[in-house]
Amino acid sequence: MIPISVIQSTAETLMDKAAIEIPQDYLNGLQEAARTEDGDLSSFVLKAMLENYEAAKEDRRAMCGDTGVPRWFVKMGNEARVEGGMVALEAALRRATANATNGVPLRPNRVHPLWRTDHDNNVGIGAPEIEYGFEPEGEWVDLITVHKGGLFGTDYRMLFPSDGVQGIKRFYLDSLMAFGKRGLACQPAIIGIGLGGSKDICMTLGKRASTLRIVGSRNSDPRIAEMEDEFKELGNSIGMGAMGFVGKNMVIDCNIEVGYCHTGGMPMSVHAFCLSSRRAVARIHADGRVGHRTDPDWFTDYQRRETVEWEPVQEAAE
Amino acid sequence: MSPREITLSTTPTDEAIAELRLGDVVYLSGLMYTAREGVYMRALEERANIPMELPAQSAANFHCSPAARINEDGSFDMGAVTATASFRFAKWLPEWMAKTGAKLIVGKGGMTSKDYKEYFVPNGAVYLSTVGYGTGALLGRGVENVEAVHWNEELGLAQAMWVLKCNKMGPFIVASDLNGDCLFERENAKIAENVARVYEGTKPAVLKRYGESDDRTDEVI
Repeated sequence: MIPISVIQSTAETLMDKAAIEIPQDYLNGLQEAARTEDGDLSSFVLKAMLENYEAAKEDRRAMCGDTGVPRWFVKMGNEARVEGGMVALEAALRRATANATNGVPLRPNRVHPLWRTDHDNNVGIGAPEIEYGFEPEGEWVDLITVHKGGLFGTDYRMLFPSDGVQGIKRFYLDSLMAFGKRGLACQPAIIGIGLGGSKDICMTLGKRASTLRIVGSRNSDPRIAEMEDEFKELGNSIGMGAMGFVGKNMVIDCNIEVGYCHTGGMPMSVHAFCLSSRRAVARIHADGRVGHRTDPDWFTDYQRRETVEWEPVQEAAE
Repeated sequence: MSPREITLSTTPTDEAIAELRLGDVVYLSGLMYTAREGVYMRALEERANIPMELPAQSAANFHCSPAARINEDGSFDMGAVTATASFRFAKWLPEWMAKTGAKLIVGKGGMTSKDYKEYFVPNGAVYLSTVGYGTGALLGRGVENVEAVHWNEELGLAQAMWVLKCNKMGPFIVASDLNGDCLFERENAKIAENVARVYEGTKPAVLKRYGESDDRTDEVI
């Protein structure tokens, strides 16, 4: 049984780390971009960003003034039990979000869409989002917080099988061109593409592809992995860099996730995880031990399964 | 080649503004206030009295909401500071500039050259863009003190009018000049030369959307 107090204290630590510490995989990607960038202005921007990450860590202040919209992904091993149950867990995550908003401090970004009511704590109707995933074994709970920024860089479109890969490329480029100009997407970014699923899940897949996979990871389907490489290169060949200035670094990495969709369609979403790619992860074990990391490791074979039953152990034995 | 670096007052002289070139990097010293849709609506549409002497105290309007808190004892803690996209404020800016004498509009992404020519240049004003985006921690270091927070009760922390005492706060990039030229449009034009090549082989989607056709009597198939 995982103590609820450990859930809340860990969640508060994660809120702090996500807002302040740029994940190492993104940092490596941006350092590589800064090394190769030869546009005068975009090169200056990347250097300033690298200094900014250092300043944030030194001062323990948020890396960006727009601290995004904090949200949670909870992954549980099948045997995990939380003190007080899942209602207690949700309350702890809401408390941690509110406390950290005042504590770090974060910007109280969350408002009512119509009345613009701001509780000054990033908590409200449906906020923070809490999504769940499960794994076949384990007594642990993974808490993942993502503070995704940006009103720009995201789009959805219903494509059809006849649009093909060329249609996918075109919508991908359209999204980069539309939101890359003037740097509205706060690129270079981790671009997530969702393909398939129903409309809402298509958006979810793209969002998770950008936020829950690290730079350098590749889809387990080798043909999709090839597309990821190709799309990264395509995005970087536009000639647009940071802030929409002339440059060659627009995409730090491109991650594609798929889900089965209606036979007549090929829905597609594009998401951009920005220069402040804020995510933090911790695994809490049944005995209360906590291990911190920055890789959500969300897309396991189990998450991408396509069979009716899940019996990998037996299959391996045969 | 590194950009030229300039330190500028938030109540700059006309000569200092005339000196600025597109792409210069600027650091600001003096008082700067945040104002975005909440402040504009309250001051311009609801006609509330602006609680500062403008432009005497500051001619620098920052499109920003900081990551900050007001402590129980009334003091402030300022964390990170970055800008929000400015194009959404074009509706209010002409009247705001006329009323407040703002000379430096500081934000994200700039405005169009049409905006610059229509009301920035006649007011002797230029646009400074934040860098990144966003260098929130670096800009936060440049805030020496929070002098006041106005209209917090009416507008909330994110939309309130924060008055920041800046000490070489930056970097910012000069994104418009007194000719009304636009840095971002200059860069767009250079990038545009390559666009056809990147799109080669791709084809328009089978199902169109309104926006791709603005004639609402059209079908989208």
